[in-house]
Amino acid sequence: MTHTGFLPRDHFDKLFDALQSIGAECIGPVVSAGTIAYQPLSSSTQFPHGVHDEQAPGSYRLTSTTDARWFSWANGAQAIKPLVFAPLETLWRSERDQQGKLCFVAHQENPALTAIIGVRACDLAALALQDQHFLNEHSYDEAYARRRQQLILIAVNCTHPAATCFCHSTGDGPQASSHFDILLDELDDGFAVTTASTMGEKIIQAMTLELETLQPAQLDEINRANRQAGEQQSRHLPAVDLQQLLSTMQESSRWQDIAQRCLSCGNCTSVCPSCFCHSHQEAPAADGLSSTHSRQWDSCFTHGHSYIHGQVIRKDTHQRYRQWLTHKFSGWFQQYGRSGCVGCGRCISWCPVGIDVTEELHAMVNEAQHG
Amino acid sequence: MDNRLIPMEATVITRTQESPSIFSLGLRFTDSALNDQYSFQPGQFNMLYVFGIGEVPISIVSDPQQTDELVHTIRNVGRVTQALSTLKPGDRLGIRGPYGRGWPLQAAHQHDVLIVTGGLGCAPSVSIINYIMSRRHQFGRVSIIQGVKHSDDLIWQTRYQEWMQQDNTQVLLAADVAGHGWSWHIGLVTELLPQVELDITQAIIMLCGPEMMMQATAQQLLSSGANADQIWLSMERNMQCATGLCGHCQYGADFICKDGPVFCYSTIQDRLGRRGI
Repeated sequence: MTHTGFLPRDHFDKLFDALQSIGAECIGPVVSAGTIAYQPLSSSTQFPHGVHDEQAPGSYRLTSTTDARWFSWANGAQAIKPLVFAPLETLWRSERDQQGKLCFVAHQENPALTAIIGVRACDLAALALQDQHFLNEHSYDEAYARRRQQLILIAVNCTHPAATCFCHSTGDGPQASSHFDILLDELDDGFAVTTASTMGEKIIQAMTLELETLQPAQLDEINRANRQAGEQQSRHLPAVDLQQLLSTMQESSRWQDIAQRCLSCGNCTSVCPSCFCHSHQEAPAADGLSSTHSRQWDSCFTHGHSYIHGQVIRKDTHQRYRQWLTHKFSGWFQQYGRSGCVGCGRCISWCPVGIDVTEELHAMVNEAQHG
Repeated sequence: MDNRLIPMEATVITRTQESPSIFSLGLRFTDSALNDQYSFQPGQFNMLYVFGIGEVPISIVSDPQQTDELVHTIRNVGRVTQALSTLKPGDRLGIRGPYGRGWPLQAAHQHDVLIVTGGLGCAPSVSIINYIMSRRHQFGRVSIIQGVKHSDDLIWQTRYQEWMQQDNTQVLLAADVAGHGWSWHIGLVTELLPQVELDITQAIIMLCGPEMMMQATAQQLLSSGANADQIWLSMERNMQCATGLCGHCQYGADFICKDGPVFCYSTIQDRLGRRGI
């Protein structure tokens, strides 16, 4: 992929104008409730200005800096997932007439063309995983597909990974390599622009501005920043066959050890960009004439997730953590050909007791090797 | 919206109380065209929907050739099955399906078949037994072993009597606890395996019931010379979408709703019987 050109920071809003001119609504990072959240926005003034993040196991804090850049932070709790796989959505409604006859009515939303600005490599990799799950030939999800088709993805390479990040070791970042329409690399005075799709080219052409030519010195700086972002990451997955490891560690005492700390709260699954579990729910109207059938994000850490006719298959926390970790780092390989982890580190930062998935995997390697 | 997630309206045609907690509903789509289009294999299941309550996966026990009604045998154990138990002939409900992979009919064709089931009204096994009995000449010797906890739990006594009368068909019953007048085995189904009058090294073996019972049966059969590829099991987990999306039915890397519910033993032997999987 070659860079298309350079967009000066002062003219960034020309990109917003171009997106609006093709009818796209814009979503991007803003500071909200003490975190970086992806919300509707219409101008670069709404981006986080002078904001860094400090993340550690069980900890997420924003800090103020004099850094004039807008993307000097690693991801907050959510990014793309809620915009394609809705946290709560109606699937259909049933109506019952006086004779008891039932009528089923499909619920269909027609999402607007939506550009997400500032998505990271880890979340693009997770989106590709969600695409595999929701858009495969056996399990094609129409609601997901409709939102997915309306997405324009404008990535920004991550130059400030958090201490909890390990995308470098999963091979998913910090540089974005696919699944975006436009890729931006942030420099002090602007952005290097790379288009990667017809849509991306269309947007750049719609800008009332000619991109400048990227200078070799700028290119050098970009390459250096991207390389450093990978090198900065201190956490990493064990360099072993995780499927093999987990197949031998299913009865390890480590699961009980984790269960002493794990609250089974499900935060890790809520913030995980690849977790796809959801429950179906029924909400009858008070007049008894209609009922709404919806789905909502669910977690394998809940009691109800494994409930079946009067019994719960995974009663204990160690069984639930084992289910989650084994699925993420082993089951996904068999289901979709790769690990379900993209190294975003959210499950580490947002775990209220600071359980670190990389540390747990290393402990298992250690146990497997030394007993 | 994905049509596979939206139920079709059906009407209760018949309701049969099989035991205090087990009942069968014979259902027919309100739209007669759907009745003609609908086809399934024994071992597959439907999602049944009760208005305002929700959905539940239920095996189909009637014959695939039977067109007047789709019969579902249901144990009243949860919120939705409780609501289903109150339905009467003429009442409406929703059906979507069929889902999953059923029993290995092709593999069983012209082979001896051993069916071992445990528990109350094990619907997936009844579907295949009914199927075989209606096409008896397409199969070799058939042995059926049914186990229940208490002899009073045994339903369909007359069916077992009828099956017993068929040529080349053996029926063995077991109860952990026997009440008055029980003339069958008292104990576990595995204790009846030595009495099976067919060559288990050549037979297709189908298991249905509690996982521990299926695991014990499979292990005993394997030690008696059966091959793991001959043994098939019907598995159960929480299912909500039935289309491989919601994640609840994951059993290892398999989704029971689409990769099962019937699995070959060789594909799940690494997990079978392990707690919390």
